[in-house]
Amino acid sequence: MTPRRVLILGATSAIAQAVARVYAREGARLGLVARNGRYLDVVASDLRVRGASALWTEVADLLDVERHAALVDKAQQALGGLDVALVAYGVLPVQAEALADARTAGLCWQTNFVSTAALLEAVGRRMEDAGQGTLGVLSSVAGDRGRAENYVYGASKAALSAYASGLGQKLARKGVRVVTVKPGPVATPMTVGHTLHPGLLADVDDVGRRIHRALERGWRVVYAPAYWRLVMGILKLLPTALFERMRV
Amino acid sequence: MASGDASGPASWGRYPHVVQRAVAMAWASDPLPVTGEPLLPYGMGRSYGDVCLNPDGPVLLTRGLRRFLAFDAESGVVRCEAGCTLGEVAELALPRGWFPAVVAGTRFITVGGAVANDVHGKNHHRAGTFGRHVRALELVRGDGSRLVCGPSANTELFGATVGGLGLTGLITWVELQLARVPGAWVEVEAVPFATLERFAELAAESDQTHAFTVAWVDGLARGSALGRGVFFRGNHAEGGEPLPAPRARWTVPFDAPDALLSAPLLRAFNALYRRWPRPGGRRVSIWKFLHPLDAVGAWNRLYGARGLLQHQSVVPGAEGVRELLAASADSGQGSFLTVLKTFSDIPSPGLLSFPRPGWTLALDFPGRGQPTLRLLERLDAVVRAQGGRVYPAKDARMSADTFRAGYPAWKAFAAHVDTRFSSGFWRRVRAETCSLKAP
Repeated sequence: MTPRRVLILGATSAIAQAVARVYAREGARLGLVARNGRYLDVVASDLRVRGASALWTEVADLLDVERHAALVDKAQQALGGLDVALVAYGVLPVQAEALADARTAGLCWQTNFVSTAALLEAVGRRMEDAGQGTLGVLSSVAGDRGRAENYVYGASKAALSAYASGLGQKLARKGVRVVTVKPGPVATPMTVGHTLHPGLLADVDDVGRRIHRALERGWRVVYAPAYWRLVMGILKLLPTALFERMRV
Repeated sequence: MASGDASGPASWGRYPHVVQRAVAMAWASDPLPVTGEPLLPYGMGRSYGDVCLNPDGPVLLTRGLRRFLAFDAESGVVRCEAGCTLGEVAELALPRGWFPAVVAGTRFITVGGAVANDVHGKNHHRAGTFGRHVRALELVRGDGSRLVCGPSANTELFGATVGGLGLTGLITWVELQLARVPGAWVEVEAVPFATLERFAELAAESDQTHAFTVAWVDGLARGSALGRGVFFRGNHAEGGEPLPAPRARWTVPFDAPDALLSAPLLRAFNALYRRWPRPGGRRVSIWKFLHPLDAVGAWNRLYGARGLLQHQSVVPGAEGVRELLAASADSGQGSFLTVLKTFSDIPSPGLLSFPRPGWTLALDFPGRGQPTLRLLERLDAVVRAQGGRVYPAKDARMSADTFRAGYPAWKAFAAHVDTRFSSGFWRRVRAETCSLKAP
């Protein structure tokens, strides 16, 4: 089998690393983009040791949406085409801080939605031209229904899920598959310091393997771990009057 | 996979129960997080007692430091971040004919933790401790300095860091020399024995002929039956298909009731275990042989909500082991799983390394409050009278006196302890006076 050509945007996020580890073990050709060059170097060395057959890295701040098109072109050239792309970055602000300072909330939305939507569009266009590819994006269960505890973050992910849904419908006719990933809370640096019950935190490797499978099989909307589909399905169906009285 | 609940990261024995804050270390190149109180590196939480706990202060989660930095399949030298597990190192190395030179009884421990506890395995008579195979490591000290330590650089600090229980600073990466293996399979033979004398003969003879030796002992046997058990010895087998590490197939989803480990059930388990071995050898996967309990996730919950206390000590030989077994069996709290192994005279590299020549006995007890603690005190007294020592990685309650008697190098070690690092264990054994605390 020829090695898969996989581009990971936001490659130093913990979940992105877990997905990349699976691809590396399979000998994939990997393109990695991240903002911090020092972190990116060590992630690249890890994936090389684990078996990646080629590695291309680029330091870039993906908030800079004007760079997106050139960046994707460069990645495509370096990898010799693009089979899979995963948009994997995001921030989880402390809700109280985001509510106290509109700039914190704005930066969250800028990062989690405005820039990711632009990036999805840029990658989608290249895949549309090529007539093939799988475009994955990390959204969140938090986007399925806004909850008092984290609706600043949740709103950005809701917008992202909606965007991915529309893009997926548009590109379906062009041979491109959009995969929306909705992880529940995962044990990563992102969730340390947030008051989450550790029993609810999923293992990052389990989540990485599941995302890899979803990308390879072209599942459209994937919850990770899988039981979140049921949990969120019920939560979405709850009448609002009841939902408002709950502490979930 | 770290064990924990709403009160934060816990130790494997889940005793003592403490509320534990956590901060994460995601990148080795980052400075140590700023914390008011001294901190303590925490990997997989597989230490049984409080060497991995820092009540009142934060633990520094190191599992994010889990990247491989280099691997040379020719020489078998791997450099990885300290939060990589031994299982991850083994999975990377095994398909290319290498394996960690020393592994503990579980593969779910970090490389940093293996250094900090200078762990040993069933091949101690051939390979010595884990620390002997460390070529270099990087240590971040509380003042922010980064030092590469090894057998030929910063050797004193290296000697304090190997077996140093995470108290000399944060280990960010480790360079290991792996061992050549012919494949993923081990040829195992089980030999029942009736007495400790017979065990001694088997151990002496098998150390010459087998790479791995370990024995299970019937922890409930008394009188003339005391010291019976089954001796397991194994060698790497040639060939066979490669084999990835299996995932845990079973898990224990909740705390078992106390009755699970009651005396009649324990007796039944031990009786079955004794009859298990079939004559002749059989071929088992290296994973199953070295890490039999890894097949069951969260098996510590079998010991119930009050936790598990293990007592592992090393004493010069049969006499001490007989006394320990007798004290345990007579207490009526017979150990669930009792493991016996001989340590060779291969020197351990750390100031606080546990292995030294003699016999090491590990006893498991469900936490049952004061009676359990009193029994463990009795076991400590036997160990001290024998001139032995207790293993900090398994301990949650030994007195400062017991620790100091067993580790005369503790003073030299204390000089290397970084003031920004501490642990529950260290505060206890460093204390000038110490009393037996109720759970």
